[in-house]
Amino acid sequence: MSDLRDLSIADAAEALGKGETSSVELTNACIAAIEANRVLNAFITETPDLARARAKESDARRAKGDAKGPMDGVPIAMKDLFCTEGVRTTAGSHILENFVPTYESTVSANLRDHGAVMLGKANMDELAMGSSNITSYYGPVKSPWTRLGANVDLVPGGSSGGSAAAVSGRLAIAATGTDTGGSIRQPASFTGIVGMKPTYGRCSRWGTVAFASSLDQAGPLTRTVEDAAIMLQAMAGHDPKDSTSLPFDLPDFRAACVPNVKGMKIGIPKEYTLDGMPAAIKTLWEQGVEWLHDMGAETRDVTLPHTKYALPTYYIVAPAEASSNLARYDGVRYGLRVEGDSLDEMYELTRAAGFGAEVQRRVLIGAYVLSAGYYDAYYVKAQKVRSLIFKDFSDAFEDVDVLLTPTAPSAAFALGEKMDDPIAMYLNDVFTVPASLAGLPAISVPAGLDGDGLPLGLQLIAGVCQEQKLFRAASALEAAASFSAKPGGV
Amino acid sequence: MPLSKDDVQKIAFLARIRVPEERLDAIAGELNGIIGWVEQLAEVETGDVEPMTSVVAMPAPLRDDVVTDGAIADKVTANAPDPIGPFYAVPKVVE
Repeated sequence: MSDLRDLSIADAAEALGKGETSSVELTNACIAAIEANRVLNAFITETPDLARARAKESDARRAKGDAKGPMDGVPIAMKDLFCTEGVRTTAGSHILENFVPTYESTVSANLRDHGAVMLGKANMDELAMGSSNITSYYGPVKSPWTRLGANVDLVPGGSSGGSAAAVSGRLAIAATGTDTGGSIRQPASFTGIVGMKPTYGRCSRWGTVAFASSLDQAGPLTRTVEDAAIMLQAMAGHDPKDSTSLPFDLPDFRAACVPNVKGMKIGIPKEYTLDGMPAAIKTLWEQGVEWLHDMGAETRDVTLPHTKYALPTYYIVAPAEASSNLARYDGVRYGLRVEGDSLDEMYELTRAAGFGAEVQRRVLIGAYVLSAGYYDAYYVKAQKVRSLIFKDFSDAFEDVDVLLTPTAPSAAFALGEKMDDPIAMYLNDVFTVPASLAGLPAISVPAGLDGDGLPLGLQLIAGVCQEQKLFRAASALEAAASFSAKPGGV
Repeated sequence: MPLSKDDVQKIAFLARIRVPEERLDAIAGELNGIIGWVEQLAEVETGDVEPMTSVVAMPAPLRDDVVTDGAIADKVTANAPDPIGPFYAVPKVVE
């Protein structure tokens, strides 16, 4: 087979099942592509030996008739936020440069137990804080996409930028990501792939380097909606080691991938627009509404009145939780240590050297909003507004099944753009943050190209634990959009 | 009231991040930009709204009070920067 790396998970599983290819062959094709595309900087740590060993084991299982399902033998990239036993896990930070976990995160263990083959640890924004993968200590990721007729390096989005570049550049069949305010969906939109964040609590956070614990949620980056369903099925599930893990059996996500929205009610929230948003995004959104309407869905306008407060709410809640979570990096138990004359000096010098500028900024904001006298005015206030945002969604879902919005307010931008103003960078997540704050499942589906030939995604959001509705509507959107563009050279 | 240089110094100590003197003004500017922007939340009426605590209301799970692991000191200290035997080592704390 000539285009092994271009296979979806579903097609790879079928080809493996029929003996048309082997996991070793698929894995070797991906390893060769990773080595030929190091200029993208999609991986922090490549694990070709481990990948080949797991591929061999997968082929041996299959030969004995013990294949474990559609992920068995499929080569994937693992975001470097998931602790992997015996494999360095940096979270994109200097402070964890030499950290080799002695345990495996639940999500990566689940995938391993389903037979998935890990190709390496994907690059990411430092400690998952960023929207363009430029905050990584290990250098920015270059998107495999370029603007028509221009030779400017573009960002892949972030924080799961290495994962998105690997999947869209055909270096891996799929990848894991994590999404705190949009870190799966925004890079998926920028690179023309599918990115899905399930309901908060579907995927265990155990063994995943923490950013903002009430928001962090793992999910898949894939090239089809069905693949997202297949991969989520393997990643998710109740885990007693995470007290916020949902104690529910998983529904059959793949079975929900039916491109039929007849009778479904799709809400169009009028607040999901931004001054200066490119016309191409508005046009694509209108096109999306029309597609679903033409396929038999009932579309109606809804209002989510607190949407404009979602981003400022997020930039209190997330830094507050980050400043608390990141207190663990003290130079004592693991990670970087910079010696000092006193314990406090050791802490201060270690953290000044170990954290990059954006992480320091957020930890300082967090320390401030949680400090004595300000906690109620900032953190408690933000958690109250968060309740109102959740209520906006709950009210909307009384009338509709899913919501359709743009994923991001722009296409991918150039490396070096938007770098001076933190708030301009934060605006990347303006359409993804509300669902994060409310803990709702959401998915970005590649739906079209802008005038520069760059991909644009549309986002669908569903109610708590309504992933099946999400996959159904996303399958229909995917079928209507029939997005087939690939980055140059792929 | 915008944060002063002294405020930033105090916050940096709370966060245990050493900020060089010559960076304090620039960081005060950045933090004031962000804090000024998030303060728009003050205009939202939240009188009797409860702060959000969870997505799915469920009681905190309890587990049996039993030992489930242990005797793995070597694993626990495997990544310690400067361990002495099965212990973490830090600069002298008590004079």
